Amino acid sequence: MTQTGPILAATGLGKRFGALVVLEDVDFTVGIGEAVGIVGPNGAGKTTLLNVLSGRYAPEAGRITFRGADVTALDVAARCRLGIARSHQIPRPFGGMTVFENLLVAAAAGAGARGRMAEQRVLETLALCGLLGLANRRGETLGLLDRKRLELARALATEPALLLLDEIGAGLTDGEARGLVEIIGAIRERGIAIVWIEHIVHVLVQVVGRLVCMDAGRVIADGEPAAVLRNAAVIDAYLGSATHAPAHG
Amino acid sequence: MIFLNQILQGIFLGAYYALIACSLSFLFGVMRIINLAHGSFIVVAAFLLFVLADRFGLPPWLGLILVVPVMAALGWVLQVLVLERSLKGGLLVPLLSTFGLAIVIDNLLFEGFGADTRSLAPAIGDLAFASWTLSDDVTIGQLDAIILLAAIVVLGGLQLFLAQTRLGRAIRATAEAPDIVGLIGIDARAVYGFATAIAIALAAIAGAFLGLRATFNPYSGGMQLLFAFEAVVIGGFGSLWGTLIGGIVLGVAQTLGAFINPHGFLIAGHGFFLAVLIARLYLPPLAERLRRRGRKAVAA
Repeated sequence: MTQTGPILAATGLGKRFGALVVLEDVDFTVGIGEAVGIVGPNGAGKTTLLNVLSGRYAPEAGRITFRGADVTALDVAARCRLGIARSHQIPRPFGGMTVFENLLVAAAAGAGARGRMAEQRVLETLALCGLLGLANRRGETLGLLDRKRLELARALATEPALLLLDEIGAGLTDGEARGLVEIIGAIRERGIAIVWIEHIVHVLVQVVGRLVCMDAGRVIADGEPAAVLRNAAVIDAYLGSATHAPAHG
Repeated sequence: MIFLNQILQGIFLGAYYALIACSLSFLFGVMRIINLAHGSFIVVAAFLLFVLADRFGLPPWLGLILVVPVMAALGWVLQVLVLERSLKGGLLVPLLSTFGLAIVIDNLLFEGFGADTRSLAPAIGDLAFASWTLSDDVTIGQLDAIILLAAIVVLGGLQLFLAQTRLGRAIRATAEAPDIVGLIGIDARAVYGFATAIAIALAAIAGAFLGLRATFNPYSGGMQLLFAFEAVVIGGFGSLWGTLIGGIVLGVAQTLGAFINPHGFLIAGHGFFLAVLIARLYLPPLAERLRRRGRKAVAA
């Protein structure tokens, strides 16, 4: 592992479902502690890219390295233990377990944390995500916003170096989304790299320092957010599909 | 007093049913698998203990130290070779494959041991029939007391294991969402393997008490499965303390049935089981209707 190199580097990723090409020759890197946003129209391959990076899908072509080691052949659980965590658009808490237990099981399996240390870490993570008051509630009793927080907190409890977020703001009001942005900003300040898919661009650019735009399985723009949003190809592919800026996904 | 004694004996019998039912309940709670070979695994353990006692003079208590790990290993193999593949085929396939497995195991036991009826009772001497006499009508078998204690320890231990240990919590998480536990670093296949190993190891303990308190032959598994099943259904699928209560309720129903009529033992148990099953089907909708009517009355 080199200190200056990217924490994650994917080269030449290809993925198809039957005849449908979902990812084609995608190169994607994330620096240590960097926050990258991914935008693009529906069906651009954003979620599939996240699934290939997290290990849910094996790519047909390309190679993924994490902290300099090839992880292309590893499954989701193995990559999670190495430090790649992922949250889903639709939160799936362990409904019959308490919020505290949801995180504890993640800290134990994902980070190998034990005993008092594990409990301490879980309490810190709960505090960070504003869930301390709900620690003893069962997962299934939470509302959508708290489920999203729990989804995020559970991923954090595995002590990732890279966090993959899939439309965590979807379905939330602007006020609720602002609260989440604060949490994600705090996560970033801890030096955890973030890759974040979000349709709500104005929320996204509050946190990320770099924006990647995808269309039809390819990366069509990559760089500083304002520049990417001005890019003609991006406007055509993404903003062109709506008459106004896509305030909501 | 005779009546009281009948209830007491029913409770002890029920504790045995809870012991044979707990791994069925556990496996269903974790993997949504109804293991129809469960009774046969209990009988396999009983035969292993019998061989150890008969050939090598090893008392069943010590025999368990060898048999529990062997059965746990068998459980792991069962998961990898049969259940994992069956689970991919939907709900019906594990039922069919474990049913088939039960037939194979029963007939292999028949090939190996013949149709003779065996018991482990001779291996524990006086304890098999020793009892405390509380009054003219009330006696407590010492083995029965051990079985009740064992049921409480096993079910309580299992509950504690699921609530308080790393593996226990991983099992509960995997039970709820096997498709997403990978995201928090859990290897679902390994968890399933451990869970099945634990379930079949528990069947070994059940097998010891089957052999100690009664007799068994290669085809005894079906009856054990039936009683275990009834205990689990009465107590509620997936609930461990419910299984203890279900077992005891079944045991009391059977002994009271036998008290009323000598032929009433089995029919009372099955009848009670059916009553609970029907109540489970019809009472919740009825309760819901009453609740709704109550709400309407309040609103009006």
